[in-house]
Amino acid sequence: MSQPTSDERTLSYVMAFNEAVRQSMRADENVFCAGEDIGAFGGVFGTFGGLQKEFGSRRVVDTPISEQAIIGLGVGSSVTGLRPIVDLMFMDFMCVALDQIVNQTAKLKYMFGGKATLPLTITTAGGAGLSAAAQHSQSLEAILCHIPGLKVVYPSNPYDMKGLMVSCIRENNPTVMVKHKRLLGMSGPVPEDIYSVPLGVANILRPGTDVTVVSWGRMANESLAAAAVLADEGIDCEVIDPRTLQPFDTATVVASARKTNRIIVVHEAVRFGGLGAEIAAQVQEEAFDYLDAPVARIGAPFSPVPFSPALEKYYVPDAASIAVGIRDVLGRRAPGK
Amino acid sequence: MEPTPDVLRDLHRRMVRIRLFEEAAGKLAEAAKLPGFLHLYVGEEAVAAGVCVNLTNADSITSTHRGHGHLVAKGGQFRPMMAELMGKATGYCNGKGGSMHISSLELGMLGANGIVGAGSPIAVGAAFTHKYRDDGNVAVAFFGDGATNIGAFHEAANMACALKLPIVFACENNEYGEFTRRDATMAITDIVDRAQGYGMPGVIVDGMDAVAVCEAAAEAIAYARAGHGPTLVEAKTYRFYNHHGVQNLGLKYRPDSEVEVWKQRDPIFTLEAKLADVGVLTTEQCEAVWVELRADIADAIAFAEDSPLPNKDQILEDVYTPMAVAQ
Repeated sequence: MSQPTSDERTLSYVMAFNEAVRQSMRADENVFCAGEDIGAFGGVFGTFGGLQKEFGSRRVVDTPISEQAIIGLGVGSSVTGLRPIVDLMFMDFMCVALDQIVNQTAKLKYMFGGKATLPLTITTAGGAGLSAAAQHSQSLEAILCHIPGLKVVYPSNPYDMKGLMVSCIRENNPTVMVKHKRLLGMSGPVPEDIYSVPLGVANILRPGTDVTVVSWGRMANESLAAAAVLADEGIDCEVIDPRTLQPFDTATVVASARKTNRIIVVHEAVRFGGLGAEIAAQVQEEAFDYLDAPVARIGAPFSPVPFSPALEKYYVPDAASIAVGIRDVLGRRAPGK
Repeated sequence: MEPTPDVLRDLHRRMVRIRLFEEAAGKLAEAAKLPGFLHLYVGEEAVAAGVCVNLTNADSITSTHRGHGHLVAKGGQFRPMMAELMGKATGYCNGKGGSMHISSLELGMLGANGIVGAGSPIAVGAAFTHKYRDDGNVAVAFFGDGATNIGAFHEAANMACALKLPIVFACENNEYGEFTRRDATMAITDIVDRAQGYGMPGVIVDGMDAVAVCEAAAEAIAYARAGHGPTLVEAKTYRFYNHHGVQNLGLKYRPDSEVEVWKQRDPIFTLEAKLADVGVLTTEQCEAVWVELRADIADAIAFAEDSPLPNKDQILEDVYTPMAVAQ
């Protein structure tokens, strides 16, 4: 895993996405983009900014507000040989198109006895933190990970964003690339040349010895912040970002759990039935004898995402609440308590 | 434009192939030799044949849960079709799709579909590819009257018109959405009324008249190939058998007299009378086609019955395409 060096150029998370698309479109005439407001406007988060100017409306297509047809456009064009990137403006909107995602995109290859190939990338923006309320803030990755036939990617930083997006576009299977809305402006080193980060390979963001923290997207950054606070208390956290949620890099997580003997999963999605439950089950199946504490989980409470900032800040886990959870796993108290 | 004698003979052959395949499948299902659901196309042959006789393998179609007829009309072979219906490893989908997902990408048949209305957005995607590549090919979305009530159809029709894609929306209006009369589920009589709302031409054609379907489809397909965009073709037709299977199970939802009236208009016999009239095929020559194709059906059934079942290790195959090289 090559890591960025300090003398490299920095780029925002959103522009890392944009650059991955741009360079992939330059490299492969079969790549095109379609979605709501992505052409002339450049996407509501600027994700597709400037692409229509470079590639024209043939390859950067403004669609009607029609999520089923947008995914269908991706299915039909990919199965006939193109390499589409189709955008769902908000992750919540995937619910409008679930038939096309779950019953068509994910299953066509299998139903056709393997004879279909769908090099389709679905991009979307997930996560809370903008007071966007219950229909524009969800983290629905667990639903996608439950569907055989899909791959699900959720980068936590600009470097991974570009490399993972390039991999998604090159992938000969349907992938869902989830961008976290609160990370769009995050800046970090991103090489200018095109590169890929392999799907299905976790990244150890911070090596440590006392406890394993598994987290992705924005929460990986909050977990790193929690780890920094806990380091001052003498707690050495190993923070693992799976980066790809389906397929999931169980081996890296299990190896870490066997080393640290304690593990906590942190996600922004609702805790009940979230991916944390699956990871906890896998860890206890493969590392039960190594564990000194039950596998812990942090997630959102079992409610829709509230609108008011006064409520949303408690709804979404942050570095402070994650630190509390990690101390619990270790049976430790906060300093001065 | 009146079809040439060659096209007329081709139409007839495609329709007889569909009829024989479906009758055989129905008998096998009644004998409990086919697992799963079976939606037969008998009665509607003129639509699939009339449209597909104007297409090549490079053109794309999407189909419905009643999809065998579309695959046969697009050139589907009996052996892998019958094997697929039996869940055999030699089927078009290696036994993983069955009747409701039967497909052949080499023939441009992008799948029967178990979800009503779901094929149209996929056809839009195929039409996008044809326009993107400027390859002169078109997509045809087959769907029923009931599918025009679901949102996916609306989204697909609107998007296809907005993007001016080379696609034909071929509606098989058989007057029933599953077991419910069409007039109970929509306040219009003609599906084609919906075309205007999307900004595309719409045409009604007698779906029991293969020549009429062929002519209307030829015009719509030529319009799409020429870059003018979509057309909605509504073929008024009828299915002779039940929504699924052959027998009417449960409560009767269609009067016998209605079924009989439509059966009097059997599209194959109608075409055969016309072929004899214009001297393209005599009654004896038509009969020879049936005899020849019945032998093919018998061969396909024997092939399918003798074919191996898929191995349980294949459950996990074909979920994903393996990546050839590490990235």
